[in-house]
Amino acid sequence: MTHKNMEITELTLTQILKALEEKEFSEEELNSAYVKRAQVLNAGLNAYVTVLEPYEGIPAAIKDVIVTKDVKTTAGSKILENFLPPYSATVIDKLESHNVSVLGKTNCDEFAMGSSGENSAYGVTHNPWDTGKVPGGSSSGSAAAVSGDMCVFALGSDTGGSIRQPASFCGVVGLKPTYGLISRYGLIAYASSLDCVGPIAKSVEDAGQVLEWISGPDGKDSNCSKSFTFSREKIKDGIKGLRVGVPKEYLGEGLEEGVKETIKSALSKLESLGAELIYVDLPHSEYAIAAYYIIATSEASSNLARLDGIRFGGNRDLFGAEVKRRIMLGTFSLSVGYYDDYFARAAKVRTLIIKDFEKAFKKCDIIAGPVSPTVAWNIGAKVNDPLAMYLSDIYTVPANLAGIPGISVPAGFSDGLPVGLQFLGPKWSEEKLLQVAYNYEQSAEWNKQKPNLTVSP
Amino acid sequence: MNNYEPIIGLEVHVELSTRSKMFCSCSADYFGKESNTHTCPVCLGLPGALPVPNKAALENCMKLGLALGCKISDESRFERKNYFYPDLPKGYQISQYRWPLCKSGIVKVRNKIGEVREIRINRVHQEEDTGKLTHSGENTLIDYNRSGVPLVEIVTEPDFRDTEEIRDYAKKIQQICRYLGISNADMEKGDMRLEANVSVRKVTAGHPELVEGSLAHAGPTSVGDSSSTTRNDMLPPYRVELKNINSFRFMVAAVEYEIRRQIEALDKGERLIQETRGWNENKKQTYTQRVKEEANDYRYFADPDLTEMIVDSDSVKKTKEEMQELPVDKQKRFVASYGLSETQAIMLTDTREFADYFEEAVRVGKEYSLQPTKVANTLINKKFNRDEILPAKFVEMLVGEQEKGVLPDEELEKIIAQAITDNPQAVADYKKGKESSVQFLVGQVMKFTHGKADPNRAKELLTEKLSSRV
Repeated sequence: MTHKNMEITELTLTQILKALEEKEFSEEELNSAYVKRAQVLNAGLNAYVTVLEPYEGIPAAIKDVIVTKDVKTTAGSKILENFLPPYSATVIDKLESHNVSVLGKTNCDEFAMGSSGENSAYGVTHNPWDTGKVPGGSSSGSAAAVSGDMCVFALGSDTGGSIRQPASFCGVVGLKPTYGLISRYGLIAYASSLDCVGPIAKSVEDAGQVLEWISGPDGKDSNCSKSFTFSREKIKDGIKGLRVGVPKEYLGEGLEEGVKETIKSALSKLESLGAELIYVDLPHSEYAIAAYYIIATSEASSNLARLDGIRFGGNRDLFGAEVKRRIMLGTFSLSVGYYDDYFARAAKVRTLIIKDFEKAFKKCDIIAGPVSPTVAWNIGAKVNDPLAMYLSDIYTVPANLAGIPGISVPAGFSDGLPVGLQFLGPKWSEEKLLQVAYNYEQSAEWNKQKPNLTVSP
Repeated sequence: MNNYEPIIGLEVHVELSTRSKMFCSCSADYFGKESNTHTCPVCLGLPGALPVPNKAALENCMKLGLALGCKISDESRFERKNYFYPDLPKGYQISQYRWPLCKSGIVKVRNKIGEVREIRINRVHQEEDTGKLTHSGENTLIDYNRSGVPLVEIVTEPDFRDTEEIRDYAKKIQQICRYLGISNADMEKGDMRLEANVSVRKVTAGHPELVEGSLAHAGPTSVGDSSSTTRNDMLPPYRVELKNINSFRFMVAAVEYEIRRQIEALDKGERLIQETRGWNENKKQTYTQRVKEEANDYRYFADPDLTEMIVDSDSVKKTKEEMQELPVDKQKRFVASYGLSETQAIMLTDTREFADYFEEAVRVGKEYSLQPTKVANTLINKKFNRDEILPAKFVEMLVGEQEKGVLPDEELEKIIAQAITDNPQAVADYKKGKESSVQFLVGQVMKFTHGKADPNRAKELLTEKLSSRV
């Protein structure tokens, strides 16, 4: 099935909505094209844990930490291998009300704990650009599925970069919204004060469309904003005169040369679009990783306590090594005698990081920089070095600690692998954030490039 | 023999009778309902579920705090109390620890010798109840209907010195809850649960075996201000927690037993330890349930699923205005406006319904120039079913009696006393079991009063008098 000489599966969500409206193809044709491609490619990529066969609606891929009524939801863990949730997450209800169907549940690091997709109990997901490389994590399957055109768009979750980093590694758009813009009801909690649901999409416009669908108030999540709603109306406005802040700390030590060059040329591109580049300071960035891994693991140790095998799920010995490690780290950080030195201290660092951003956003409208210090690495390269894995989140965790939105947009390639450009904005600045990202994307057109995946006819 | 003084602190849990549970919209009315029918993803702790606080419950918690003289915190937070138990579906209880909604209150109680003493309230905070376990043979069944039902915890400083104070305190808490209409506070149904921390200390100078501060008693529930050390500078280095005692009578018995046991042990030179004890009603003894090696580590931290609660002075003011008049205030008002004695006022305000009945009767009686004291006396002395006889009807009867010239109780009592003195034989017969002697005495009374006495009332009073002389 083709559309103006393109496969249906190559089309963006925006194009598909238009084509459906103009009756260029039916929803059934759309679904069968995606189901077929997902089934065929999944054998090699392992992006999905579960592939369904919808025949109507817009087929989307849902990270397996988001509960779907009567559809197995594993969170990438053996402990939930047979878990059939009796309810759906608010974001699922919202998508369904906009004629979106669930094409499948995507693979991910167990309970969203990981930066490579290798911590899943259901096997590693492969990067569509090079199947020997990791897709990033923890929304590994969602990013790979979008990158491989195995769905129209996907939902992921981002606690410390879990949407942006895999989007960067797989060459797609990934948006982590402001904390509280999208309901968390039905997102299996990893670290409640940091977790955000967000879209992974083929274009910035698509991400904006999905955000419009899934954001907004929800009486079931106390932290969900009652007032703010997102509209993508202005994202096509120009960015002349926009002040783009570049944090020195994000271009320093540890950043791979190829990534650095790619980011630098992206920044020049922004300048050529009329933006003004300003250097800003985020002096507490170096403590972000330490603070993040204390806060996130502390909350996780409590959040995962409900998995006791009494009402649902298996026994706790089914947890994988990384999950056990984080439960222990978190339990330790919250214990009497350690709380003040670890958890309370990390909370103070968090406040300093929030202040860093507040100060920086007095000087600039948007911050730009890399998503990850490297491109996708070889499968297995960091599995025995958890600390090295943790450090790869250095540019993404500050946004989670501060609760601000961030987006990863394809910015080119290094060693033949995608590099993502990250934009960060103040809280509730999604409209501006997507506007900048859209302008950059349209001028650079990196998202037009597709990985070379062969699907036998 | 040394002199010892009991040091007792109380933790009272009151289940609120709100329509829905604390953090979800399930019905909170679980008593006698089919197991696990009042549940949802939130109170079952399913993955992905999130709590949303019940505003009505928080308001009720605030009312109770205000009634106990507490300050309402401007900023209050829910925290997670982490521990494993099968009746706790999330693996943590949403409770309050460092930022309780209400703190630092005072409740006045009477002790064994009738003195009024002040009990300091450390805190009144909001939390949620757990599910219920039923053990049958090798199996344990879990009912989550109770899981997430709003619970308020009231923690006192270790200020109780005898069981009469405990009795009075518990009664006051129950009465206030019922007045405010926030809970039935029925111990038998589990609406109200008591835990006591008991230790004893020597009443001698020097306190060699005591530790500084209130460490042992304050435990994990101290709000952090050090006011608790001003009155009790020295507390015993141990405390015995009496738990899982579901009857008030048993609790008092357990506390009394504990005080005796601890004094005896200390006199023998034994060292007492920190432990939790229960009550064996058959043996009339407390017994060890759990010995605490060290304090439980609940790894409290602010619940990230729930935002900080900001309580402004306006909403405190509004809540105060909405609050029912409390028993103490009602008593003062009854004394001031109706000329009642303090004892009468206390009796009439026993329940809100009784007090309302009285006031309504006074209001109606005013038209007949009926004195409030007359209404009060009759209500206190005459036992009748107030559900059947409405205040207006009651007043009508009272007025009728007055018009008939029925003798008031005070005069009747004098005549009865006379009849008893004049007829020792009849009194002796009655005491031997000849009940008809009462009728003879009633006849005597009627004769004395020329038929102006109410014979039924005369019989009532006579019986009372005669039995009290046994």
